[in-house]
Amino acid sequence: MSTPLPTFHFSVNGERKQVQTPPMKRLLDVLREDLCLTGTKEGCGEGECGSCSVRMNGELVNSCLVPVLQAEGATIQTVEGLATDGRLHALQEAFLKCGGAQCGICTPGMLMASAQLIDRNPHPSLVEVREALSGNLCRCTGYMRIFESVLAAAASGKAETELAEKHDAR
Amino acid sequence: MMDSTAKTRIVGAALPRKEGIDKLAGRARYVDDIQREGMWYGTTIRSSIPRGLIRSVTFDTSVDWSEFTVVTAADIPGENCIQLIIADQPCLADGKVNHCEEAIVLLAHPDKHKLRAAATAVRVEYDPLPAVLSIEESERQDAIVWGEDNLLKSFLLQKGDVDSAWSTAAHIVEGEYRTGAQEHLYIENNGVIAEYSALDGVTVWGSLQCPYYVHKSLVKVFALPEAKVRVIQTETGGAFGGKEDYPSTLGCHAALLAMKSGHPVKMVYDRMEDLAATTKRHPSRIRHKTAVDKNGKLLAMEIDLATDGGAYSTLSSTVLSRATLHSTGPYVCPNVRVRAKSWATNTVPYGAFRGFGAPQAVFAIERHMDEIAAVLSMDPIELRRRNFLHQGDTTATEQTMREPMILDELMDRALHESDYYAKRKIFARENHTSAIKRGMGVAAFYHGSGFTGSGEVYLNSLAAVDVTPEGKVRVLVSSTEFGQGTNTVLTQIAAEALELDYRDIEMAPPDTGIVPNSGPTVASRTTMVVGRLIERASKQLVAELREHANLEADHTREDFFVACERLRAARGKVLSECRYEAPPGIVWDDQKYQGEAYPAFGWAVYVAQVEVDTVTYSAEVENFWAVQEVGRVMNPVLATGQIEGGVAQGLGYALYEKVIWQDGRMANNQMTNYIMPTAEDIPPIHVFFEQMPYQHGGYGAKGLGELPHDGPAPAILNAIRDATGIGFHSIPLLPEDLFAGLMARSLIEGPATL
Repeated sequence: MSTPLPTFHFSVNGERKQVQTPPMKRLLDVLREDLCLTGTKEGCGEGECGSCSVRMNGELVNSCLVPVLQAEGATIQTVEGLATDGRLHALQEAFLKCGGAQCGICTPGMLMASAQLIDRNPHPSLVEVREALSGNLCRCTGYMRIFESVLAAAASGKAETELAEKHDAR
Repeated sequence: MMDSTAKTRIVGAALPRKEGIDKLAGRARYVDDIQREGMWYGTTIRSSIPRGLIRSVTFDTSVDWSEFTVVTAADIPGENCIQLIIADQPCLADGKVNHCEEAIVLLAHPDKHKLRAAATAVRVEYDPLPAVLSIEESERQDAIVWGEDNLLKSFLLQKGDVDSAWSTAAHIVEGEYRTGAQEHLYIENNGVIAEYSALDGVTVWGSLQCPYYVHKSLVKVFALPEAKVRVIQTETGGAFGGKEDYPSTLGCHAALLAMKSGHPVKMVYDRMEDLAATTKRHPSRIRHKTAVDKNGKLLAMEIDLATDGGAYSTLSSTVLSRATLHSTGPYVCPNVRVRAKSWATNTVPYGAFRGFGAPQAVFAIERHMDEIAAVLSMDPIELRRRNFLHQGDTTATEQTMREPMILDELMDRALHESDYYAKRKIFARENHTSAIKRGMGVAAFYHGSGFTGSGEVYLNSLAAVDVTPEGKVRVLVSSTEFGQGTNTVLTQIAAEALELDYRDIEMAPPDTGIVPNSGPTVASRTTMVVGRLIERASKQLVAELREHANLEADHTREDFFVACERLRAARGKVLSECRYEAPPGIVWDDQKYQGEAYPAFGWAVYVAQVEVDTVTYSAEVENFWAVQEVGRVMNPVLATGQIEGGVAQGLGYALYEKVIWQDGRMANNQMTNYIMPTAEDIPPIHVFFEQMPYQHGGYGAKGLGELPHDGPAPAILNAIRDATGIGFHSIPLLPEDLFAGLMARSLIEGPATL
């Protein structure tokens, strides 16, 4: 008989989750397969492209490099947790308006990296935006529309408020 | 010419991407996000050598193979070949392999982790054969690896009398230019899911550009009637040509496993497999010999163009054709001879990639123009201006430029916006005393919109709009969305022509069981050609409603739907179809290679501002200006995004992206060591459109998507020439190449004085 699989507990987008799974399973696969949160994407599987970026305990992580055992007790946010009550997050609105998403496969990771930036630095400069997104590869846009989207969301001031509200909710 | 001031409500507006909210909310369903009941997973056992006979395939007894489905060429019910231009590529290797990573055995199992272990327990033994791994080895015929002479395709393009022109020249300038393989690096790897049932036949869902291409191969591989094969495109995370031909192979593989296992089978490549096994941009070697008079007028151009096609012909002939037709640049020259050849080698077949041969050709001619200018001691801008095509001029194929052309104005604007001359002057002064050398470079070019020559006539595309009984107005096309904006732009066109709101229109699912064949989503043809079909189909529907269903002029949304129900009551359905009609006067001779190569051209002048650090040998693009004329712009935000994205890929092509080959296999098949530009590498890209509506394109559109990949590499290398005085002839140009070039010069001239 094989030993039973361990159980891990953490919260995703404000909901408590419990999964029984091999401890070295990638957080990316746990999110996509065990929790059916397929918004988080795999691009390279080696932490280079950032498509699988999620926020864990207030840090931006590549979920392809995080074994689920490291997520025990963690607070995780994925792209599915950005919109509230069917209302788009200011970053999502800005990406829609400014053309920040083309094929859309890097978009969830870009949004999480952008949310992480604005949370820490509500009014970033273009240089700061470039730096914050430099771990997220986009092959479609040439990044210009993404920079514009993040700056527009920051300028609207709404992104800041929404993120603050979410923190309160936790 | 169309009235460029024609008022439109929706065409030309910056409407949000049609499927944008789904993508931003993480709801869009890409192939790896889809599960089917009872689904298994598939994997591929591939060749480890570039060429040889398969002596044996053995299955290690440590694995319980009864749990697995194993497929080889012997399991193929129909023809073992992928249907492209020539059917020379097997679906699965049968007895011999012609490149590393060629598929030999397929495995399926319900547990993807067990599959990975099992794949290492399949052993293939080979009797190796000599392989050719470069253009030179192939043209020397070191071994014959394809056909009788390794030649996949050749073209001869001739105009005037080149041989008589040399003696009249003030200068003859020669140069050889090389471009490397480039990987598409779409962030979503290739992937499909296939199902099979005796009753319904084969169904394939996948990340792909051309549902009807995959359909065509499945019909042959399975020997099924067309109606028993269905291909459905899922949300596609980037393609750039890399999902034009490869999904035909992958779709057949998954469907073979599905048929034999009796389960739906998902095959999604990981990054290493995708990089190693799928197509890339054709490497090229282009030699120019050019005669000019003392004033810089082009007298004769002799061009020897060679591409590496890889192991099978795939799309190499049409890529070569486009390279040939872009090789002379946007210039008038009375005497031209282009000899173009695509050579077979034992590498993964090269395939479609944004620009499709044009980036290679434009790199060579636009670098060469700067070398000619240097020989003449002439301003490279002035040299270009003296030779630009104008309305009424003829190209190398004797195509007369009938549409108005504004190359001079594009040049003026590019120089003005970039402050080109002032900066050159400042840099020339500062470079003397600085370790950082800065320079400005220009490229002028065109990109032919749509299929070459008679291509669109052969495609015979069909598109439609319909109104369902539920009151949905749909665009029916096989033209797919993979980021470039098909859904948005075709919806805008339909809404405009039907006099409805953007939100009233939806795209029918890209499913061969539902949509007609509007042709492949390639060649910058979707907005111009398919957009025109949707414009016509929509206007035709309105006309029918006016004539047969009492729809009055300036109708409201409600009037429209009431009239549609009247039409449905009379006819049973509300459907308006349109088939492609060639614009008048488009005549192309495939044999002589003469006539209207393209119905329309996009035109551009790009300027790069570059700095070269002579301590670290890094070259960085500081600023970039992209000025183009692409007909009417349908959606300014999306169009700008296309240009910026293409420029970024072109920048990677020039300075970063190098496929490293080791015995015919890509050695750096990881994102860790195949380097594409990041958010910190891309300079500000300033995009400008001039709009000259093209009367036969959808609401005046011409092609747009590929154009921006053509110009950055030569503009950047010309800027490096301006900065350093060294004309580099190959891309990618990495720091080690800059080091070698600068060191070679200092050995000749002594150390540079700062």
